[in-house]
Amino acid sequence: MSCLVIAEHDNATLRASTRNAVSAAAQVGGEIHVLVAGSGCTAVADAAAGIFGISRVLLADAPHYAEQTAENLAALVVAQAPRYSHLLAPATTFGKNLLPRVAALLDVAQISEIVAVVSPTTFVRATYAGSVMATVESADPIKVVSVRTTAFAPAGDGAAAAIETIAASADQGLSRVVSRQLTQSARPELAVAKVVVCGGRGLGSGEVYRQLLEPLADKLGAALGASRAAVDAGYVANDLQVGQTGKIVAPQLYIAVGISGAIQHLAGMKDSQVIVAINKDPEAPIFQVADYGLVADLFEAVPALTKALG
Amino acid sequence: MKILVPVKRVVDYNVRVRVKADGSGLDIANAKMSMNPFDEIAVEEAVRLKEAGVASEVIAVSAGITNCQDTLRTALALGADRAIFVDTGEMRGAELQPLAVAKLLQALCMKEQPQIVLCGKQAIDDDANQTGQMLAGLMNWPQATFASKVVVAVDKSHATVTREVDGGTETLEVSLPAVVTADLRLNEPRYATLPNIMKAKKKPLEIVTPEALGVDIAARLTTLKVAEPGKRAAGVRVADVNELVARLKKDGVIA
Repeated sequence: MSCLVIAEHDNATLRASTRNAVSAAAQVGGEIHVLVAGSGCTAVADAAAGIFGISRVLLADAPHYAEQTAENLAALVVAQAPRYSHLLAPATTFGKNLLPRVAALLDVAQISEIVAVVSPTTFVRATYAGSVMATVESADPIKVVSVRTTAFAPAGDGAAAAIETIAASADQGLSRVVSRQLTQSARPELAVAKVVVCGGRGLGSGEVYRQLLEPLADKLGAALGASRAAVDAGYVANDLQVGQTGKIVAPQLYIAVGISGAIQHLAGMKDSQVIVAINKDPEAPIFQVADYGLVADLFEAVPALTKALG
Repeated sequence: MKILVPVKRVVDYNVRVRVKADGSGLDIANAKMSMNPFDEIAVEEAVRLKEAGVASEVIAVSAGITNCQDTLRTALALGADRAIFVDTGEMRGAELQPLAVAKLLQALCMKEQPQIVLCGKQAIDDDANQTGQMLAGLMNWPQATFASKVVVAVDKSHATVTREVDGGTETLEVSLPAVVTADLRLNEPRYATLPNIMKAKKKPLEIVTPEALGVDIAARLTTLKVAEPGKRAAGVRVADVNELVARLKKDGVIA
């Protein structure tokens, strides 16, 4: 057995999600290699070589990998695939975009967003918005697996793996990134934050969302999130969406403000360590998963909480 | 320019899906079924492209058991021009999985030569998020996943797609033909009106089989068991903000 983990990075920094995928690979067993494909990404390869459990880093450095397009990366991964029994990547928008294309080119299934490794051929994954945990077995010669980052602790440092430069595949010339509009924020990133403050339709408007939740988040050093209903209503951008079709989070503390708690939302946050719900409706389903429920008018309770945190 | 839109029949998003007591499967025999919500968004986008004069024809496709034809009729009522149903039968209880669906769509793309395949980004039953990317790979076409905006160039040589990615958005230019998968904010789908539902019954619906398309639809993954996730222990109601803060401090989650 041998695993190849596809690194997620921006050519300068290795994304923490890569470390979660390495932990899943460690549970599969065998040697673990990391593929770093990018442009001018030596620093990323150096960081990957230090991850505990890694025995080799494959580095493919070429201009047409700079933007991480699925077409070019898939061609490269497929060329390396015969050396491995498992290909893994984090189930972020990066991994979700890339891995199914790789699997199809290899004529194998892809196993989406696993939360547990039962054996090298058998995995557990969530379906139906987390209502059903399915144990699935693959009969394919190569297992292509995306990894739910919150289900595997990030691998730490502790290795000094060799970096092997590999040949780039040809530029497919099918797509190009015109621009990126990335949210600039001093707050921690939603997917990895220790504390998340999440707002829903109960807030009534984007203005109130910012007015009430930003001071609370600042006090707690928290990331901000939102329910799908709040995103639909235009309060905040879609990349803050927590739930089945948005981000999956599992912080130490999750504070849900004005969120009723549809099953699709619970799917994205119910593995948080401590859940606090503030809602004026005592029957709101969010209270069924909350460790601490406060039935109150959020327009009074949230500023009071911000103040009480000193 | 043709647009192909794959649509999936799924358990309605309002239905709370439960696992059978013996863990052998799901209790969904009588559940309300609907079109996958992301596929509705894909149909809407394709119909809007036709209404804008960009596309000439919108073809809806579904694969599965006979009842999937209901989902295709919904797509026709929403504005698709014709439909293709791939009748897979019951498959002796085996699942129709994303790779098999991508291969069926590949065969139909060879035949119909669409310039864009517009899919939903994921189905809300298996939550796989794979089929569009797989089809793009099999066709060696570019892919623009998680789209929130699609603009087709006047000469129809390429499309500019805004994608929802972690941390923000990305604008991608893809040559056509291409696969685009729809995210939540691409549009707000219309409702089918009664006259359109009546008209949809008369629109053409072609039935084909995997054998006729030369596609092996055998499942690659076997579901060994299903289970409900672990339940969280019941929490407590706190009287006010001060009690809440005291409890959180005691738990050590705030300083």
